[in-house]
Amino acid sequence: MEFLGLFNYWVVIVLMMIGFYIVICSNNLIKKLIGLTIFQTSVFIMYISMGKITGGTAPVLADGITLYSNPLTHVLILTAIVVGIATTALGLAIVVRIHEGYGTVEEDEIHARDKQA
Amino acid sequence: MIVHLSVLQVIIPLIAAPLCLLLRKSELAWAFATLVAFITLAVSIALLSQVMQTGPISYELGGWEAPWGIEYRVDMLNAPLLVLISAISAVALLAARTSIENEIPENRHTFFYIAWLLCMAGLLGITATGDAFNVFVFLEISSLATYTLIALGKDRRALWASFQYLVAGTIGATFILIGIGLMYVMTGTLNMADLAQRLPEVENTKTVFTAFAFMIVGLCMKLALFPLHLWLPNAYAFAPSIVTTFLAATATKVAVYVMIRFIFDVFGFEFSFTHFPLQEVLLTLGIAGIFVASVVAIYQDNLKRMLAYSSVAQVGYIILGISFASQTGIMATLLHMLNHGLMKAALFLALAAVVYRMGIAQLSQMHGIASRMPLTMAAFLIGGLSLIGVPLTVGFISKWYLVSAALENGWWAVAAAILLGSLLSVVYIWRVIEVAYFKPVSESTPDVKEAPAALLIPMWILVLANLYFGIETSLTVGISQMAAAELFGGLR
Amino acid sequence: MESFVHVVILSMLVTTAIAIVRVKDLFAVTMLAGIYGLLSASFFVLMDAHDVAFTEAAVGAGISTLLILTTLSMTGRFEKASVKPQTDYRPVLALVLVTVTGALLIYGTQDMPGFGTADAPAQTHVVPRYLNDSATEIGIPNVVASILASYRGYDTFGEVVVIFTAGIGVLAMIMSKASSTPVVQTSLMSDHVVLRIVSKMLIPLIMMFALYVQFHGEYGPGGGFQAGVIFASAFILYAMLFGLTEARKVVNNTVVQLLSALGVLLYASVGVVAMINGGSFLDYDFLSADPVAGQMLGILLVELGVGITVASVMIIIFFTFTARSQKAGEPD
Repeated sequence: MEFLGLFNYWVVIVLMMIGFYIVICSNNLIKKLIGLTIFQTSVFIMYISMGKITGGTAPVLADGITLYSNPLTHVLILTAIVVGIATTALGLAIVVRIHEGYGTVEEDEIHARDKQA
Repeated sequence: MIVHLSVLQVIIPLIAAPLCLLLRKSELAWAFATLVAFITLAVSIALLSQVMQTGPISYELGGWEAPWGIEYRVDMLNAPLLVLISAISAVALLAARTSIENEIPENRHTFFYIAWLLCMAGLLGITATGDAFNVFVFLEISSLATYTLIALGKDRRALWASFQYLVAGTIGATFILIGIGLMYVMTGTLNMADLAQRLPEVENTKTVFTAFAFMIVGLCMKLALFPLHLWLPNAYAFAPSIVTTFLAATATKVAVYVMIRFIFDVFGFEFSFTHFPLQEVLLTLGIAGIFVASVVAIYQDNLKRMLAYSSVAQVGYIILGISFASQTGIMATLLHMLNHGLMKAALFLALAAVVYRMGIAQLSQMHGIASRMPLTMAAFLIGGLSLIGVPLTVGFISKWYLVSAALENGWWAVAAAILLGSLLSVVYIWRVIEVAYFKPVSESTPDVKEAPAALLIPMWILVLANLYFGIETSLTVGISQMAAAELFGGLR
Repeated sequence: MESFVHVVILSMLVTTAIAIVRVKDLFAVTMLAGIYGLLSASFFVLMDAHDVAFTEAAVGAGISTLLILTTLSMTGRFEKASVKPQTDYRPVLALVLVTVTGALLIYGTQDMPGFGTADAPAQTHVVPRYLNDSATEIGIPNVVASILASYRGYDTFGEVVVIFTAGIGVLAMIMSKASSTPVVQTSLMSDHVVLRIVSKMLIPLIMMFALYVQFHGEYGPGGGFQAGVIFASAFILYAMLFGLTEARKVVNNTVVQLLSALGVLLYASVGVVAMINGGSFLDYDFLSADPVAGQMLGILLVELGVGITVASVMIIIFFTFTARSQKAGEPD
């Protein structure tokens, strides 16, 4: 179990960093937004795995069950997921407008067209 | 009613926003939004006076006591900031209707006001709350509204600036979320006062160290501390001018407030400055920010961009105050937060008037503009003097206390650096004054009239506030002293 | 067995993430991102977080994929290679930042309580009251719903406002003017018999399922947010198959915008009524003579407010994106 615990957190950190890497490194704006989503979702995975109790069940009260996993982390992540989709939707709307204004959604081309203008 | 003041402060604009959607016409939306802003201002002043008389106020949302429920906690540290946010919002809204006439298409005006109310509510919510996760939620409300407001700018570069800010801001917010999560894992609570009590036991763990690091970095992205400031110049330059007026005065200050709250209240003075090299980091980045940003400001032709870099420099001063780790240092920081809000709002509103008449704010096309727009340029002049720190203006007062705090620590070099930074600001302000007042009107200067009253009156309200609080300093200085004393009084 | 599944899901997540980095076809990337969301949802189920899994599946695998695809239809399917790969410093910068951040995080997890332990501070400090007392204080079995809607109801109010803000933002960005000439819709799928018949059977079922999720959320996984997304998907399905014009006849612009505002206002009014009756904002005890009945009434109403706003905002966002994609090329 101890190995699983360490493994779990380390893999999640790797996932977070992959998402973070995509955000910084991508030229395409939509891929940046997708990277942002991956980054955020990985943070959620970390939080939720912090709330799990071995041998517990979902936090819905029922007769005969005494050990529940932590419901507070679930509530926080529910809100965070909503915030994430709101940001993605707004980001995509801005990307659509950028495409209409610049004719491209690649970062280096946007910079080039700004320099020309 | 009095009991509910702290929550009314936030829910009045929050409820007003969807109500605004029900009013279809933009004039109605504007009138409604302005009315709401002034009501919010009244609430914030009432709240401040109550806190000054009776001490910190605590409000249990949902009737559940902390830490099981969310708590609103208003004390001397955040009450003045609530007043600042509401006041700048109200004054800027007075000018907004005229200012956005030429900058935003008519069919977007109602959405503009709704986003403004949401942004204001978000900033107020961050400031008034005593729960760490609640900070995150309202941070996202204000951030999303801000991205919308910035992207409504006329130039297509506003869209790119907004996107840049969206990516940077979301990374910052996610870092803050990671920090909150790590703190929760070690203490089991989200309430800031409760965290303050439970963190000392687990202070020496690597997890708390990492939590602190992530919170600080996330907040530094939001408050545009050098070198994480890259989103700010574009965002301020290309957003609608009235949006910049509001944001420059409030958004970064709120992030600084959260940082102060976490450093001094939640994590505690001893942890923040001994277990973590915070003092060195903030000192270095603060001074670097002041110099690099001021120098870059000198070379800008777009005046909004110039003032944006100036804002990055001013954030450097504010962070410097924190790095002093003394009561005078914090007092200077708080004072400068309030004063800088007044200064920058006045300056950007003057630029908004220039943009209204001329369509752009390029210095190369403003030769002799003072003869055409005397009142506007006079406002800019006084705001500029305040920025430099000339006596009789608010800028002088905060620079004075910053230098005093530096000398108190025996850091002569830092005091010299502060004065040097002021000299640099003289350079970029003088550039504008010289071109506006002393160059003859050339062909590239458009033939424009003075700004309309709708823009002049709010502008001069802010300018006169700059002068009034620079001469009659007892209120602002007194409040900052009380706040700093309160912060250091409960020191662990 | 559980640990085996755990390891497998995590490995698949890593594989998917790496694939997203390397693939240049954005359509494939979007699908991979949807798979990532679905895998995360499965992971959440494994972690006993059923409500979260439900939401992540609806949002991460559903809405998110849909919106990105709609955007791709306007901006282009393939990611272009960098113009000057030699002087592109970004991968190096990214690697440095990522390594530093990752190392700091790994350093930080070393002192954390072990995975799954029941006596960690996170499980013993605030949470026991929710688990032990919510039955008597609030009276509904789903503890996540009690915390979401009552104990930390103000955060959920903030969350509804966030959704509303996103709707306003999308409208402010890409709302198109009502067109005077009817738009010729080229890719209607109403000619396909199978799609047409099956969708007409499914759509009412989807809506009923949404209502079930909405009102049953207190007894099991579910609630306003998930119900709102499912309800919106019925309308989105209709719009995809029969065209935007037909869909707009069912829900026109003004109505859906008003509904989005109404949901937020419903939530706020529950809180205000509580204040008027003598309690704090959102104190449901004051909604009725019996506090527990008040709590159940309060939770019902605020979840309804959440559902209404979420459904209308999802519809607004989808319809706005689609309208823009059909008008691509016309000035605003």
